[in-house]
Parts: sequence; C-alpha cells; structure tokens
Amino acid sequence: MVATTAIIALVLTLVPLPYWVAILRPAFLVLVVLYWSTMAPRSGGVLLGFAAGLAIDVFEGSLLGEHALALAFITYLAIRLHLLVRAKPLFEQSLFVFAALMVYEFVLWVIDGWSGHPLTTPTRWVHTLTGGLIWPVVAGVLGRFQASR
Amino acid sequence: MAVFGSDFDRPLYGRGPSAGLRFTLYAILSIVLMYFDQHGHVVQRIRYALEAAAYPVQVAVSSPSLAWSWLTASFQGRELLRAENERLRERVRTLELAIMRQRALEQENAELRGLRSALPPLIHSWRLAEIIGVQTTPLRQRIVINRGARDGVTLNQAVVDGAGVLGQVARLGPWSAEVILITDPEHAIPVEVTRNRLRSIAVGGSTELLLPYLATNSDVKSGDLLVSSGLGGVFPAGLPVARVIGVRREVSQPLAQVRAQPLADLEHDREVMLLEFDPSNPAAPAPDPPIAPAPEPKPKAPKIAPPDG
Repeated sequence: MVATTAIIALVLTLVPLPYWVAILRPAFLVLVVLYWSTMAPRSGGVLLGFAAGLAIDVFEGSLLGEHALALAFITYLAIRLHLLVRAKPLFEQSLFVFAALMVYEFVLWVIDGWSGHPLTTPTRWVHTLTGGLIWPVVAGVLGRFQASR
Repeated sequence: MAVFGSDFDRPLYGRGPSAGLRFTLYAILSIVLMYFDQHGHVVQRIRYALEAAAYPVQVAVSSPSLAWSWLTASFQGRELLRAENERLRERVRTLELAIMRQRALEQENAELRGLRSALPPLIHSWRLAEIIGVQTTPLRQRIVINRGARDGVTLNQAVVDGAGVLGQVARLGPWSAEVILITDPEHAIPVEVTRNRLRSIAVGGSTELLLPYLATNSDVKSGDLLVSSGLGGVFPAGLPVARVIGVRREVSQPLAQVRAQPLADLEHDREVMLLEFDPSNPAAPAPDPPIAPAPEPKPKAPKIAPPDG
C-alpha cells in the first residue's frame, strides 16, 4: 500500500506540465512520505524517505543522495514528532507540513550551494506553500487508502 | 514483553534512538554518495544502472501523451489527412528548390575557396529520438530522450529540432539520455550575430536566452539572428540558435542586457534529432576547443554563471 501510493506520487511528480504550473506543483512524493511517517511510522520508517529521495535524484538527475538526505531528514523529524502532529486538526497539520517542506527545501538549497550549483530562484520555495495547502486533500485521500488495507 | 531484535514487539517509545541511528546511517550514506557522484567514477556506474532502471517508469509516464497523439492521428478524417498531405508536398517542393540553390552555392563557395570539389556535408548523419521526459523548472531545463549509449549516442552530442539548436547530451543511460537545453541556467552556447559576425555567449535564462557579455555600445538589435559560432567544441558553426527580442542599454551599466528567443520550439517538440558531424568539414566543431581548454578530462560546454535572477 505504501509502495503503491509512493509510485503514484512519483508519477505525479514526473508528469510534464507547463512552466508556470510546474512551479506551483506540490512535491507529491514528499507529502506521501510525510503522511506515512506520521500516520503509520512503522510502515516505512526512515528507509522510505531515503529510498523515495534517491528515486527523485535518479529521475531529476540531481546529485545522487541530495534529495535522499533531505527527505530522510524530514522523515526522521516526522517519525519523532508523529504523536504530536497526528493529534492536531488538519489545519495545524498543514502548518507542520509547511514547516517540514521549508526544512526540506532548505537542505536542498544548502547542498546546491555547496556542490557548485549556486544558481537559485525564489520560485523554488513556492511548492512549500502549495504543499501545505493541499495537505488536507492528500491526507484525506491517503486516509481512504489506509482504511481500505 | 519486548524481544530483542524483533522490530514489531518493541514499545513505541523505545523507537526514538533507533530512528535516530538509522537516520544517521542514511545521512552518512547519502553524503558518501554525493561526494563520489561529484568526484569519483564508481557512482557514475551505479548511476548508469539506475538510469536503466528508471527507463520503464519514464516510458510509462510519457505513454499517455504518446497514446493520445497516436489516437488523434489514427482517427483523423480523410479530408484532414489529404490537406496535410497537400501541405507536406508543397513544403517538399519549397525545400527541393532551396536545396538546388544551396548545391550551386556550395560549388561556388568551393571555387572561391580554391578547392577542387565541394566540401563534404557538415552533418554526417543524424538520428531521430522521441522525448520521453520533460523537466522545465526555473533551475533545470532538461529533457529525456529514448536513445542512449546502446544506440550510439555520445556525451555532448548536439541535439536540434527542425528550427534550431535544442541542447546537448548531458548524461547517458543505456537506453535513454538526458539532454540539457540551451535555456538551462547552467548551459552556455557560443553564438555570433549573422548580420555583423559579432561573437558572444548565450546563457540559458529558463524561458529565454540571455547575452550578458555584450558591451553597451555593441551593435546588436531586436530581430538579429544568432547562430552558433563553432567555438567551444560542441556545436558546429552556423546552426541557427535564437532571435534577439530585446536590448536594454543603461548609461550607468557597462554591459547591455540582451534577451533572445530560442528558434527551437521547446514546448511543442515530440521528436528531436541527434547530429553527428563530419570532422573534415571546416565548420565542424574541433575536438579540442581552440580557446580556453577545459580543465576537466571530459570537455563540456563552458559553464558560466549568469547574474542572479
């Protein structure tokens, strides 16, 4: 179940979109990993975040290990805080997700700078906002998946 | 009771250090991977294998749009097909006329150069590739094509469409290859203005090209055609690249701000062409760039950072 939803999210991440829509596209795979690590932290664990990040690295052609490190880090945070986060209403969860996505993008930004890709643009942070906004929908859909297994 | 070593029987609160330890291990693993991806060749081989594993997913992701275009093509009406056929015939005739004229020009050029016979054609061979993945974010402008090392694609091979230069091969998999587009902010292509042979470098600006190294008083204006200058060892001289769409000159700035629109239709291409050049033609890219040899063992396009934006 976890793998199925992760693969669907990966496909959604890869589907080619027009330039401006692609900027707004939330990081679906990151949201799915966050969901499973807060709602069912034993189902995937940190390995899920690491593997999903590695998949992003391969498909996006970034430095191998870059997204893996960032995603493993916020997966670890989500697992540590899962009891705190999942008791909150969806609106507050959205804020946590927004914060997690900011941390994720920050780690990527730092690695980009260190590894000789100092080019950056403010638009890279836009997906953290849309990710937080779409979290209730993602949580609702994945809740159905979780209930049906 | 908790049994040592069995994951499921451990109490929930006892899992903290375990997750932390695991995260530390994965973090070290990713840092090692990143280091060797930049400095070593071992990870390159892992990467080559991973590209192969990624290929089916890329094909699957691109299949809906391919299926849609196949469907619309196969259910097109007879009238539409006839119209298209007529249009293509017309186009073939125009191109035939252009080629007739070009043969004469080539002969004349050879005579002017004092050669006995016309030069060999610049483009030695070309092959068609389908686009199976597109990545167009402000920081990365890349496409993935369905031809790879097994099909004879090589690193830094020039990629064009019918209208102009698209980019060059940046990474190889066995059956797929990643192409860095000329609009990628990390790509730079040496160009010259056809009108006056003014040479410069066009850097990617994610939706357009920027020419950040032209002086304020340089002779460039909107509508100028930019072709590749043949420097840099990747693209041959004379391939159309872009058309200038905007020049801004400010008295306080030593450099003009020139923007150009790529001629290649990056948005609507489904197929691209990979070119191979005949090295005996003088317009072909030299294997070693004549100016500023790259310090890396593999010659790549010069990477020049454009201004922040």
